[in-house]
Amino acid sequence: MLDWASTVDHKKIGILYMLTALVFFVIGGLEALAMRIQLSRPNNTFLGPETYNQLFTMHGTTMIFLVGMPLLIGLAIYLVPLMIGARDMAFPRLNAFGYWLIPFGGLLIYFSFFATGASTAGWFSYPPLSLRNYTLGNGPFGNVGGVDYWSIGLLIVGVGSVASAINLIATILLLRAPGMGFGRMPLFCWLIFVTAALILIAIPALNAALVMLFFDRRFGTAFFDPTGGGSPLLWQNFFWIFGHPEVYILILPAFAIISEVIPVFARKPIYGYEFVAGSGVSIGLFGLFVWAHHMFAAGLSQGVTIWFGAASMLIAVPTGVKIFNWIGTLWGGSLRFRTPLLFALAFILQFTVGGLSGIVFATIALDWQLTDTYFVVAHLHYVLFGGTVFAVFAGTYYWFPKFTGRMLSERLGRWHLWLAVIGLNATFFVQHMLGVMGMPRRVYTYGDFPGWALANGISTVGAVILGSSIVVFLWNMYVSLRHGDIAGDNPWDAWTLEWATTSPPQPENFDTVPPVLGRRPLYELTAQRESANRRQSVGRGQEIVL
Amino acid sequence: MSSSRFADRPALLGVLLFVTSETAFFALLIVTYVHFFGQSSTAAMARAHLDPFRTGIFSLFLFSSSFAVWRAERTGRANRIGRRRFWLAATIALGIVFLAGQVLEYAGILRSGLGLGSNLFTSTFFTLTGFHAAHVLVGLVMLSILLGLDLANATNARSGAQQSVSIYWHFVDGVWVVIFAIVYVLTFRGIIG
Repeated sequence: MLDWASTVDHKKIGILYMLTALVFFVIGGLEALAMRIQLSRPNNTFLGPETYNQLFTMHGTTMIFLVGMPLLIGLAIYLVPLMIGARDMAFPRLNAFGYWLIPFGGLLIYFSFFATGASTAGWFSYPPLSLRNYTLGNGPFGNVGGVDYWSIGLLIVGVGSVASAINLIATILLLRAPGMGFGRMPLFCWLIFVTAALILIAIPALNAALVMLFFDRRFGTAFFDPTGGGSPLLWQNFFWIFGHPEVYILILPAFAIISEVIPVFARKPIYGYEFVAGSGVSIGLFGLFVWAHHMFAAGLSQGVTIWFGAASMLIAVPTGVKIFNWIGTLWGGSLRFRTPLLFALAFILQFTVGGLSGIVFATIALDWQLTDTYFVVAHLHYVLFGGTVFAVFAGTYYWFPKFTGRMLSERLGRWHLWLAVIGLNATFFVQHMLGVMGMPRRVYTYGDFPGWALANGISTVGAVILGSSIVVFLWNMYVSLRHGDIAGDNPWDAWTLEWATTSPPQPENFDTVPPVLGRRPLYELTAQRESANRRQSVGRGQEIVL
Repeated sequence: MSSSRFADRPALLGVLLFVTSETAFFALLIVTYVHFFGQSSTAAMARAHLDPFRTGIFSLFLFSSSFAVWRAERTGRANRIGRRRFWLAATIALGIVFLAGQVLEYAGILRSGLGLGSNLFTSTFFTLTGFHAAHVLVGLVMLSILLGLDLANATNARSGAQQSVSIYWHFVDGVWVVIFAIVYVLTFRGIIG
């Protein structure tokens, strides 16, 4: 126990990140289920409005900051040093520091439930709703509101994320094995590098905004308070200057996972390595300049609106490039339909659905119609669940053998996959229609309008199915950890360096790092050995002939 | 990117990245200050309550401390430990004088009955310069640790600590150049507001 609390080993810290995220994932998932039960039929009274508002705020906050980011950062912290042939991260102690801020920040945010009631201002906490006039609790700990805990908790989590971003960038720049130039680096590391750069620049924007929000609430300033001359629109700008890069912080690591899984299971090198890396960089750059597409309904000037609409559509180009790279890799490959590949395929399909509804929102006139309806909820869950979470599932089935030395069950994996695919689409596809019909998001109940009860009922059944897929997933991990097949060093015949060491890897990772001769070090190494053997045997043969 | 320069001193790269991140943080505070400038008579407030001449003088102390910390780094690299101690102590002294100037400036505003939450000018001014002063203070703590290690003859010449703290200190100085230019020079020249 103390061993884990004091560790500076990147593998243990990576596991801690992922386990912490898993705990919060279950909590955030239960919050979502409670909301779906409330919405299962019109005029339901399972949850009151105040509780409902707390739950959607905490569900969003949890899934973005306490699940998505720590899960992906943890995966990167586990894998990047192994993939580049390093013994650990560049700053092992900073690594531990960055991790420990996450659970403590999370606990502070969750403590608000007991202190005063959680924030009810939504995960993007728009003023004036997030100011003290509207959200000030009065609990056993005095005159503070959930937003106070929320802002300080997120500040702590944010500092941890910046620390891990610094660490990941320095690790990738400084600790690559001899022979591994940027042109040979695994795409996972390329895309994590872009992600870390985005964290480095975007999170401080959130931190600055949180500080001002907290000052407004506690010290009487009026940055965002219109009654004191402040500007709620300024918060919206600041939040989304952070918030849109955040979207890419959550999806680029998913691209990173998929770009590793698909080649291995198609038995081909990735199609267009340079394009996957380059489009990742351009997504990162574009991502910094599109934030106001979250604010089309806020009354920006026409020129500003057109710029942000056009820039947002532009991002579909590098994203589309990636989809073609993956399809090109699959094309003509000897596909092995194991669970990691199945989840990767599900990712491509579901993420594309979310990408298309994203283009709908970049079309400003449609955005005005659909903003703040269930269409938004459908869109963001297709990209974040169908996208990020499905990619993480693919990655879990792929790397679990490396983390633990045991294979996950394929049979349970199929159950997990199909329940997740059916559950996701049942829950969220109908929400597109509810959105078009005008059902507003973030309202605790709805009237008995034609079709609404049916669509919401389907959505709730879907959520239960989705929840059951998670139960199967957790059960699979629990059972496989005990009784799973022994994995061996390289169960998938994969090519990157993490498969060159034991499963789980020893402390300091490698006895000797294999030479890096190309983009797929283990493949090239085997090829070299084989040709050397052939030459040797040919040489011997000649001797015999002579 | 020539990463080989940092190969044996990863801390330097770490600090450069950290400073990049901090730049984004200060950028937003500065944008906030500028955004509210000219609203609710913030410009008039600034002209009434700030003392550009006095703060200009105190700023010179901070600017020259960048020179001192650079000398500390150079003399340290040349292994002239006595010189290095002198320049470290000089950097700390100059930094403290600058902070004293900030205290005077703050005291003037507070004495006229204004506080952080009084109006948009005090909110933006105190938040921006307050976070800067906090960064100066952190820099002073780090410099004092360096000096303490030096006095105890415990300095590890090969660690990147001196260079890392120097980078941070130059950053804090550089941020003040921008803040001083906007909050004092441009305001009192009537260029903004």
